[in-house]
Amino acid sequence: MTSALAEGYTATMNRHATLSLKVNGDEREVAFAPHKTLLEVLREDLALTGTKHGCELGECGACAVLVDGRPVLSCLMLALECEGADVRTIEGMQEGAQLHPLQAAFADLGAAQCGYCTPAMLLTAKALLDDKPSATRDEIRASLSGVLCRCTGYLQIFDAVERAARILAARDREDHV
Amino acid sequence: MMRCPEFRYFAPDTVEEVVKILAEEGPRASLLGGGTDLVPNMKRRQQTPAVLVATRRVKELHNVENDATSARLGSGITLARIAASPTLRPWSALVRAAAQVATPHIRNTGTLGGNLCVDTRCNYYDQSYEWRKAIDFCMKKDGGVCWVAPGSPRCWAVSSTDCAPALIALDAQVELVSKGQTRIVPVAQLYNDDGIEYLARRPDELIASVRLGDPTGWRSTYWKLRRREAFDFPVLSVAAAVKLEGDRVVEARVVFGAVASRPVVADVSALIGNRLDDASIERVADSASKLAKPLDNTDFTLGWRKRVAKAYVSGALKELRGDDLETLGLLARRQSMLRVLS
Amino acid sequence: MSDNPDKKVDEFNLVGKARRRVDARAKVTGQARFADDLVLPRMLHCKLLRSRLPHAKIKSVTTDKARAAAGVRLILTGYDTPVPYGILPVSHDEHPLCTDKVRFVGDPIAAVIADSEEEATAALDLIHVDLEPLTTISDAEEALRIPEPRIHDYGDEGNLHKKVAFDFGDVDEALRNSERVFEDVFFYEGNTHLAIEQHATLAAIDDAAGPDGRLTVWSSTQTPHYLHRALAKALELDPARVRVVAIANGGGFGGKSDPFNHEIVVAKAALMLGRPVKICLTREEVFYCHRGRHPVLMKLRTGVSLDGKIKGMELQTLLDGGAYGSYGVASTFYTGALQTVTYKVPRYRFQGCRAFTNKPPCGPKRGHGTPQPRFGLEVQLDKIATALKLDPADLRLQQLVEPRSLTANYMSVETIGLGECIRRVVDGSGFRARRSGGKLPTPGDIAPVRGLGLACSSYLSGAGLPIYWNDLPQSGVQLQLDRSGRVTAFCGATEIGQGSDDVLALCVAEILGIEIADIKVLTGDTDLTPVDLGSYSSRVTLMMGNAAIEAATRARDLVAKAVSDKMGVPVEKLRFAERRVTFIDDPARVMSWQDAVILAEAKHGTLGTTGSYKPPRSAAKYKGGGVGPTPTYSYSAAVVEVEVDPVTGWYDVIKVWIGHDIGRALNPPLTEGQVIGSVYMGLGEALMEESTFRRLPPKLSGALVHKFPSMLEYKSPSTMEMPPVEVFLVEDPDSRGPFGAKEVGQGPLLPMMPAIANAIFDAVGVRVDEVPITAEKIARALDAATKGRPARVGPTKFPAVAWPEALKIAPPWEGGDGTASNDRPKKERMARPGEVPIGDAPIIRPEVRR
Repeated sequence: MTSALAEGYTATMNRHATLSLKVNGDEREVAFAPHKTLLEVLREDLALTGTKHGCELGECGACAVLVDGRPVLSCLMLALECEGADVRTIEGMQEGAQLHPLQAAFADLGAAQCGYCTPAMLLTAKALLDDKPSATRDEIRASLSGVLCRCTGYLQIFDAVERAARILAARDREDHV
Repeated sequence: MMRCPEFRYFAPDTVEEVVKILAEEGPRASLLGGGTDLVPNMKRRQQTPAVLVATRRVKELHNVENDATSARLGSGITLARIAASPTLRPWSALVRAAAQVATPHIRNTGTLGGNLCVDTRCNYYDQSYEWRKAIDFCMKKDGGVCWVAPGSPRCWAVSSTDCAPALIALDAQVELVSKGQTRIVPVAQLYNDDGIEYLARRPDELIASVRLGDPTGWRSTYWKLRRREAFDFPVLSVAAAVKLEGDRVVEARVVFGAVASRPVVADVSALIGNRLDDASIERVADSASKLAKPLDNTDFTLGWRKRVAKAYVSGALKELRGDDLETLGLLARRQSMLRVLS
Repeated sequence: MSDNPDKKVDEFNLVGKARRRVDARAKVTGQARFADDLVLPRMLHCKLLRSRLPHAKIKSVTTDKARAAAGVRLILTGYDTPVPYGILPVSHDEHPLCTDKVRFVGDPIAAVIADSEEEATAALDLIHVDLEPLTTISDAEEALRIPEPRIHDYGDEGNLHKKVAFDFGDVDEALRNSERVFEDVFFYEGNTHLAIEQHATLAAIDDAAGPDGRLTVWSSTQTPHYLHRALAKALELDPARVRVVAIANGGGFGGKSDPFNHEIVVAKAALMLGRPVKICLTREEVFYCHRGRHPVLMKLRTGVSLDGKIKGMELQTLLDGGAYGSYGVASTFYTGALQTVTYKVPRYRFQGCRAFTNKPPCGPKRGHGTPQPRFGLEVQLDKIATALKLDPADLRLQQLVEPRSLTANYMSVETIGLGECIRRVVDGSGFRARRSGGKLPTPGDIAPVRGLGLACSSYLSGAGLPIYWNDLPQSGVQLQLDRSGRVTAFCGATEIGQGSDDVLALCVAEILGIEIADIKVLTGDTDLTPVDLGSYSSRVTLMMGNAAIEAATRARDLVAKAVSDKMGVPVEKLRFAERRVTFIDDPARVMSWQDAVILAEAKHGTLGTTGSYKPPRSAAKYKGGGVGPTPTYSYSAAVVEVEVDPVTGWYDVIKVWIGHDIGRALNPPLTEGQVIGSVYMGLGEALMEESTFRRLPPKLSGALVHKFPSMLEYKSPSTMEMPPVEVFLVEDPDSRGPFGAKEVGQGPLLPMMPAIANAIFDAVGVRVDEVPITAEKIARALDAATKGRPARVGPTKFPAVAWPEALKIAPPWEGGDGTASNDRPKKERMARPGEVPIGDAPIIRPEVRR
């Protein structure tokens, strides 16, 4: 792949690039118009429409996904830049048929109203708790500051992240017993 | 959905390959770091580079080498990495500037080099192609007039980098590499006072690294004004650094961001040899803030931004003399949210 | 109508208990499908070419080059869609694509339908539009001054769309007899909904639906029924051949409650091409759809006695309506209608005027027309309290409207929990003891100052009348009972995030004594569900809830009859709970819900019931009295604490205490979520949100553009700006609401803006009589004070308006009967009593051009 990239891709709509990446744990090979961002490839070429868009300019955060475990804006990342990346979208957040504790807490505490920013909020919160399992409310607030929500006023989202953190911590303790 | 125009894409592995492509393609090529500035500009057709040269595969651009007395930061390192780095804490102004860029998501991909080169901003320019067409475009792209100052022969778009004022206050240098040549210049010299030709970097040059000097004895900070504590570009910022011997100032630098087309260095020589007492701080804040001459092309009214400029210089210097941020008013408390991030 | 509103929460099976909402799982797993998530085989993409001039005649549209461009399948212009439409019958003034004129930057002129969005976008630039510029009207005061050229050929005069005037009693006399008269002029800047989802629509011909197919439109709409009507009208289709599906909606707030040009355009294209056509607006285009908060200039004169009791009130409003009618006539009435429902106003005069201007059309945003005058009223009351040295809470508490009473303008108040809301927020915040007192800072002070402000409000639980005149139910619910015990509830109501699907499931499950999991809801689909008018005016919980209770009660009666026959016990002795039907006198005699349903189906045949709801008739019989009535009002009170920097005027909101008179909280986390979400949106309006426009120097350019149609520069609060909120739900069940419930989605927004203005005054002694309330304005007012001028920022003058003769309506306590003494005879009027009055606007069917 190195040489192909080094020689240059011509990003026209009619010619397709292909790349290999990991999406929600699965190795995927995807062909796409090379000018597309990761957002467009996820939604249009991989049919993963759980990733939303509200501006496509990096101004709302609705398109956040995890790339190599870190929350990034898929609307600003050219898909070509994702060769070999490990991408996680909302479709890959559940633990089998079970909701991830964050998803369950969001569902139970009113943290999802219209649900449109919810995938971005959930993935961002997951990255936070993966990194800081006992994040404080200020840390939760700061880490979610890149995703706008117009329905909830955020407070029930903070509550849900805190509840999920407690559940994950309890589960962690059980695992170590 | 806003989408990118077409382009040719290269992702070379070495600095040599990068600068070779830049030399061949000239101004048609754009460097692609995190893409957080370039991609939206491409979607709005403010920039339509024929060639993108991605730097993500160039390992040496992602290195950080530092010890207690110096640092060399690869231009490809992310802003998040700077904000979280314990070893860069002595260069506090930079850490604070990086930690306040845009949002956590954007800091996870946005790079140091990208922030230094961030396009100048203006709310007649940062608009879609269709919007700009409705005002018959502007001088910076596709048009002839600067709508901020219609009689002006130049473009007044605003320098919106957070890191540059901090780095200038820290007297940092950048390493510019082109085919067969490397030059090291002070960060201040990277910028021209022009909204269009705002970078003194030649199109064939790559910012390879940023060099930071000995922080011993220095204290530095960065205060950023914006309406929201996330997303927003600076509409005024103050980077300040002082070197103290005992309680006397021996060196000092104060730099404004987002008040002109380039970072503006204030004359603070009046501080030298003095204590950072209220009177000398007020004197310097008064004279320095006169340099801040914002125009009506960003958020907030210009008169108010000028007023805050003075409060910011004074607040930043008081912080450097050791005052608790909590005692420095509400705008200082906004800076203190940084404690959460670091 | 309601089922035992006086029950205690623990007497209910499900009502009042915190519970995961029915649509939560789909929303947290990414499975909820929004309009732009839909993809159909052979789907094409649509983009709109929009006007770059604010006001111009269309001389020609040349599309040859675009037609020949790669991937282009169809170009539509105004010629293809000549029939006008609009949300209100009195203002069918929009065309799917402009025909003869463009009226604002962003008005759509042509549509390109192509294989890909990229190709459609590229072809836009190949269309040539020849425009002849016309004089631009940039705001309401300009519209008053410049009657010609007219933006529309209809309306009350020149560029004034609508003028209304009412006298409820002799207000001049009341003001003359007042010990003090307070006069203030306020301005409330326009702002927008900014739902995170951009509007999107997919249209397709469903070949399976019959020999000629059927048009199906999936759209991010709050009002599928009104869209259904608009599509049928504008496309001249038999409505029976049109299906509208209100798909998962990524936020409404009023911004998706008009039928939109893009919805009609893709439907037209699908009909012409026989292929699915989708459009998803860019964020910038969403700003052009707008229908957001009207900018309103207001003058308020209130006469009071020395103890602060209101004797009479006079309100004038001037609305900047933008380029089209939208809901504007209703918005105009709403700027006056609810001023009387919180505090007793013995005599009231209201004069309102809406202007057309060359900007995106304004319409209904959360609170529709009422936050602006509410801001004025609550700030003025604070000034009155200061001037008369009264406590702001006591000033209000002493003159609250009585429950079950009529106001001066014949609004019928049922329960009113406002007093309790005030007491809770005042006690919770320590309001009385902790106020700073409104002192100006001493020069040189740099320490931040805290202040507390109080404000109250009220809102509708659904508009009393539908948007078009009819005698039909406003909400219908149909139930289908399956042998498995599963009950499917069908309703045209539209889930936009507020939780209406959950309310539907809850109402049915509660009455039948079964679990939420036993209910399947199917909503917002005009082919499958009975009509509900849509998610606007906070109507759904009350209206759909009552319809659902009626349908479920009928279903329970059918099942009860079968069980009673089988068990040989009286119907009244059966209890429905915990998925069982139990004989109350002998709980051992019990039958599972599923068995009971099977028994009932055997007895009655296939089981299905319906329920419907129509609000009670209003007492306001005068022309224009149709806007404002509701089955019952909700009430809110808020205290906000701020901290202000006396040097720069910067302020932080430290905390919000909000009390909301909800009647009954059906699912408390959802109820609280609506309160907090409203507080958030109100904070956004108070702190930073504004839709402002840029007019370039007219010597150089005719441009009038939205200053920042983007998520970055139209500022909306992030997590970092959201303060803690303490919510007090005041539950005084209202017999008109389902299980006693009233509205919650809009009312709690209203007190935020005035509470902040009042808190700023309390902290630093300056008045910002404008929204948004920014640091810059506070700093200006502080500067004014140091120069010896009034410590105030805000408008000073209300322009002269040639008001029409006021309708004279005597208040109930002066012998009135709800009619106007000088109204035209009923026969002459086009409107029926109580209806939104129909103006004399001719429906426009302009000359078409290619």
